[in-house]
Amino acid sequence: MPFIPHTSEDEREILKHLGIKRKEELFSHIPDEIKLRRDLLLPPPLSELEIEKELIKIASLNRTVRDYVSFLGGGSYDHWIPATVEALLSRGEIFSPYTPYQPEASQGTLTMLFEYQTMMCELFQMEVSNASVYDGATALAEACLMALRITKRDKVLLSSAIHPEYRKVVRAYMESAGFGVEELSFDQKGRTNLNELESKNLSEFGAIAIQTPNFFGVIEDINAFKNLKKDGALLIACVAEPLSLGVIAPPGSYGADIAVGEGGSLGMHLSFGGPYLGIFTSRMKYLRNMPGRIVGETIDREGKRGFVLTLATREQHIRRAKATSNICTNHNMCAIAATIYLASLGKRGFKKVSEINLKKTHFLAKEIAKRGFELLFPSPFFNEFAIRIKNPEKVIERGLNEGFIAGLSLGKFYAELKDALLITVTEMHSLNDLSRFASFLEGMKDG
Amino acid sequence: MIPKELKYSSEHEWIRVEGNIGTVGITSYAQEQLGDIVFVELPETGKEVNKMEAVAVVESVKAASDIYTPVSGRITEVNEELNDSPSLINEDPYGKGWIFRIELRDPRELDELLSAEEYEKLTKEE
Repeated sequence: MPFIPHTSEDEREILKHLGIKRKEELFSHIPDEIKLRRDLLLPPPLSELEIEKELIKIASLNRTVRDYVSFLGGGSYDHWIPATVEALLSRGEIFSPYTPYQPEASQGTLTMLFEYQTMMCELFQMEVSNASVYDGATALAEACLMALRITKRDKVLLSSAIHPEYRKVVRAYMESAGFGVEELSFDQKGRTNLNELESKNLSEFGAIAIQTPNFFGVIEDINAFKNLKKDGALLIACVAEPLSLGVIAPPGSYGADIAVGEGGSLGMHLSFGGPYLGIFTSRMKYLRNMPGRIVGETIDREGKRGFVLTLATREQHIRRAKATSNICTNHNMCAIAATIYLASLGKRGFKKVSEINLKKTHFLAKEIAKRGFELLFPSPFFNEFAIRIKNPEKVIERGLNEGFIAGLSLGKFYAELKDALLITVTEMHSLNDLSRFASFLEGMKDG
Repeated sequence: MIPKELKYSSEHEWIRVEGNIGTVGITSYAQEQLGDIVFVELPETGKEVNKMEAVAVVESVKAASDIYTPVSGRITEVNEELNDSPSLINEDPYGKGWIFRIELRDPRELDELLSAEEYEKLTKEE
């Protein structure tokens, strides 16, 4: 089948075969009043060379984190990507195939996904990982649905320190399916108010979901999760910045029943916020309730090691009415990017990058505090923290003139945090960047 | 492999009745058709169910199928062993591979089920 549109000669032939005079007759069943009845207002066709020039011109209008020193985080983190990731990802075998799960044709892809699952289980200290879902937000929503399937309850409890957009996605999933969502507030330290659990009837809830480090960069009280009174509700842990797992205890160590996350930090570009990688892990006993697909290891007739889809997505071909999820897409290429990234860094390298993030962030926090600013929350944090500052929007606007993207204004998401700026530091920042930024903030102190 | 003393449904379930309690599983023919069984989703005990309602699921390497209860009543017991050893259904479909027990609401429903001979005829036709 040639991938070219039909010629006018083709069109004539098709019309003749159909016994009609004009193309328009094919659309005669569409009411006239909703038809456009004119051509689209498009410029004339251009040659490839002209189009390329035009697109370069448009693209040059974009300003990215390469043009500024950026302190933006809040769920999307700018990290270094080793050259191995790009080089291997651009191979045709990885770049092109759609739904490449036939074992007789796709051993390469299946092997990489199997490795990905193994790495996620190690990273999150969980027993089973699927081959990935869309992104962190949908992973959290799917985890909530899964917990309700297991517990046969109809409400979930979310920490309000979970990424606000993640909570929106969870609500969209829950409310459209007739399930309820309640929230736990956060305290003066920026941590989830776990003592509110005392006043809740927990036997109504299928899940208690928390995020650590949370949206404010604050590391939650992990020890409290270990001894949480749950009354049969499952604990869902969400990790929006998996690089934190190089220095912070993983979800499996504090009793998470389901642990999800956003894998964007593991070898993916920011690229307007996606495509990203939804990490989804759980305990073996809940395997059958997991959404998505799982790649497993087996042997062929000759006893050779090989890989197959061990758990297929029910939403695709078997018992669709009883699907565990309405989305069976996994972000294959992103999962493979994460696998190459982690393999490139190795265990020690991963820990090191994680430590650099921690140290540089704390260096900046100290520099800012020295200049008389107050941290919003006096709690341990990983690679982001919030400060109190007058008129954060103005700070961000002025920062652009000085070559900084100063961070994220928290008032956008939390009405009560109008005078707060969320600042993120990664290994991409030089110490000089950090000192210059601290001085810039000092100049903005009085608004 | 079609024991004479059992009753059968056209959906390949068998039932063995003792007093007011029926034990239900799937036939040897059904487990052969399904292939290696890897997972059984058991019904909830205490649940009231109606005749030919889907109450459980067996998943094999080939497919997933619903299990229908051949009679109405209350689920009194499920075979927990299938959680760890779903292959019992392949190995011993009429014995250790039983799936659930049910308290009969209306024993007359048994008359609507197939005898061993009728069921054998059905499998020959499929």
